Amino acid sequence: MRNPTVLSSGFLGVNVEMLKRVVEEGAGAVTFKSIGPRVRGGHRNPTVLAYEWGMINAVGLPSPGYRDMEGELARMKEVKAPVFVSIYGASAEEFREVAEAVARYKPAAIELNISCPNTKAEGMIFGCSEKLSAEVVSAVKDVAGGVPVMPKLTPQALNIAGVAKACEEAGADAVSAINTVGPGMLINIEARKPVLGYKRGGISGPAIRPIAVRCVYDIYEAVEIPIIGIGGVTEGRDAIEMMQAGATAVGIGSGVYYRGIDVFRKVCEEMKVWMEENGYGSVRELVGVAHE
Amino acid sequence: MSDMPVSNKVREVVEESEEVRTVFFERGVPGAIPGQFIMVWLPGVDEKPLALSYLNGEAAVTVQRRGKFTEEIFKLKKGDYVGVRGPYGNGFDVVGEKPCIIAGGIGIAPLAPLAEKIAKKKPIIIIGASSKEKLIFRKRMERVGRVVYATDDGSVGRKGFATDLLEEVIGEVDVVYGCGPERMLKKVFEICRKSKVECQLSLERYMHCGFGVCGSCAVDGYRVCADGPVFSSKELSKMTEFGEFARLKDGKKVSLEEYYKWRE
Repeated sequence: MRNPTVLSSGFLGVNVEMLKRVVEEGAGAVTFKSIGPRVRGGHRNPTVLAYEWGMINAVGLPSPGYRDMEGELARMKEVKAPVFVSIYGASAEEFREVAEAVARYKPAAIELNISCPNTKAEGMIFGCSEKLSAEVVSAVKDVAGGVPVMPKLTPQALNIAGVAKACEEAGADAVSAINTVGPGMLINIEARKPVLGYKRGGISGPAIRPIAVRCVYDIYEAVEIPIIGIGGVTEGRDAIEMMQAGATAVGIGSGVYYRGIDVFRKVCEEMKVWMEENGYGSVRELVGVAHE
Repeated sequence: MSDMPVSNKVREVVEESEEVRTVFFERGVPGAIPGQFIMVWLPGVDEKPLALSYLNGEAAVTVQRRGKFTEEIFKLKKGDYVGVRGPYGNGFDVVGEKPCIIAGGIGIAPLAPLAEKIAKKKPIIIIGASSKEKLIFRKRMERVGRVVYATDDGSVGRKGFATDLLEEVIGEVDVVYGCGPERMLKKVFEICRKSKVECQLSLERYMHCGFGVCGSCAVDGYRVCADGPVFSSKELSKMTEFGEFARLKDGKKVSLEEYYKWRE
C-alpha cells in the first residue's frame, strides 16, 4: 500500500471504474461493496442519510450475487492499488461458497462482513459470537487458496477483543473494525414515521469515532495480526489517532460525505504535515504508540 | 452537515397532461439552479430523485406516471406532507451565446427552468414526444424561445424524432442542453460531436444516497448524483456505459432496455 487509507466496504465500490477513480483520488487500497451468494435487492429508500453528528444507513446489502460480479472481479487487476473484496452470507457454508468464487480472482484480501446490522438473518449473528465468527473464518480459510482473510468486526459484540482473538486463532490474517454502530432510528415527527425505509440503520461517521478508537485499542492488546481501523475518520488527525490505537491502516467511508471523494488525498496530506511537525518518518512508527 | 428529509407541504398540484402532474411545495429549495434535483420522500412509501421543474423561491417536481411511487405522487393533495432533501447534483453550466435545448418526453422538466434562465439568448427549444397529448410546458416554453416539436405520430410538429430536428439546426448553435431517454441523448451526443458543438446532457440512474457516497448511480467512474446529473461532452466521451448500460437496485449491470423495463 502506498498510503494507509482504505476505501471502506459499502461506499462507492460497485465497479472497477469507480475503484480506479477512488485510487486516483488518493486511496491506498479499495474495497468492493459486499458481494453475497445470490441476488439481493436491498431495502427501500431512504437508505442513506446524514443527521447532525453522523450518518445512518440501511441499504440492506444489495448485491447481484457473486456470479453476476465475476465480470467486474476479473478486471480487478486494472486497479493500481490493492483491492479487498467484501463478502457476506447467511451461513458459514454460504460464506465459503462466495469466498471460493472470489478467491479465484486473487484479491489482496477477502473481507468477511460478519457484522452488518441491517439484515436479520445474515451477518449480525456471527460477529457477536466468538464461536460463530471463528467458524466463518475457518470455513473461508479452507477455500481462500492463500488469499488473506479479514473479518470485519462489530462493536455490538460484548467483547470485541475476544472475537478478534477467536478469529486470529481460526486463521484470520487481519481484522477490520468497526462496522456501523447501533442500529439506530430517526423519526420524522410531522410524518410520525421512522425515516429510513428499513426503520433501523447503522450509525457511522464522527459520532462513532470514540467507539471505534476504543475497539481498535482493545483488539490491538489481544491480537498480533494487523487491524484496519474504521469509524469516523475524516481528517488526518483522526487517522493518526486510529493508528496510535493500534491500526495498521485506516478505513474511510463516511468521510467521503464530509470531505468529498478526494478525502483520501486530504487525509494523507494532513497526516504528512502532522508527522513532519512531530518527528515521525514513517506511518509504521505510529501504530500502537498509545499503548506504550 | 445534515441531509435528512425536511418536512414540506404540497401547495398545489397541476395537471399537465393525463400522465403528468406538477407538484408545487410550500417552501422553496434555497440555492437550487436548473438541472439540480431533490430527493422526495413519501413517508411509508419510498424516496426518489426528481428534477426541480420550478425554482427561484418556489419548488416543484414534474412527474410522469410510471410505477408505484409515481402512482402515490399522483394521489398527493394540497396540504399533504412530503420530505424533501437537497438540492443535489451539479446543474447546467450556462455557456455559449446560441443555445439549443432538446427534450424527450418528461425530460423537459429540468430544462424548463434553464430555458427561462437563458431566455435572453433566445434558445432554440426542441421538444419530442409520442403524440400531441403527451407534450407539456408548451406555453411556458413558447414564451422563452423558438420552439419546434417532433411527435411519433405527427399530431403536432414534425413526424419523427427530436434528434432529426437537432441535425437541422446544429449549424446555428454553439451549445446543446439535453434531457430525455438515454438512447436519444446518445444520438444528441453524436450529432454534437460530429459538428464540434459542446453539449451538456442530464442522465438518470437508480439512486440511494443522492450525495455521492454509495455508488448505486455509477456510470463508469462517475456518480450521476454528485458528479452529474449533467455531464459535459468531454465526460460523456469517456464513458463506456452511457447509452448502453445501467444498474438495477441490486447493483446488477444490465442493458438500458432492461433497466427501463425494470423502472416501469
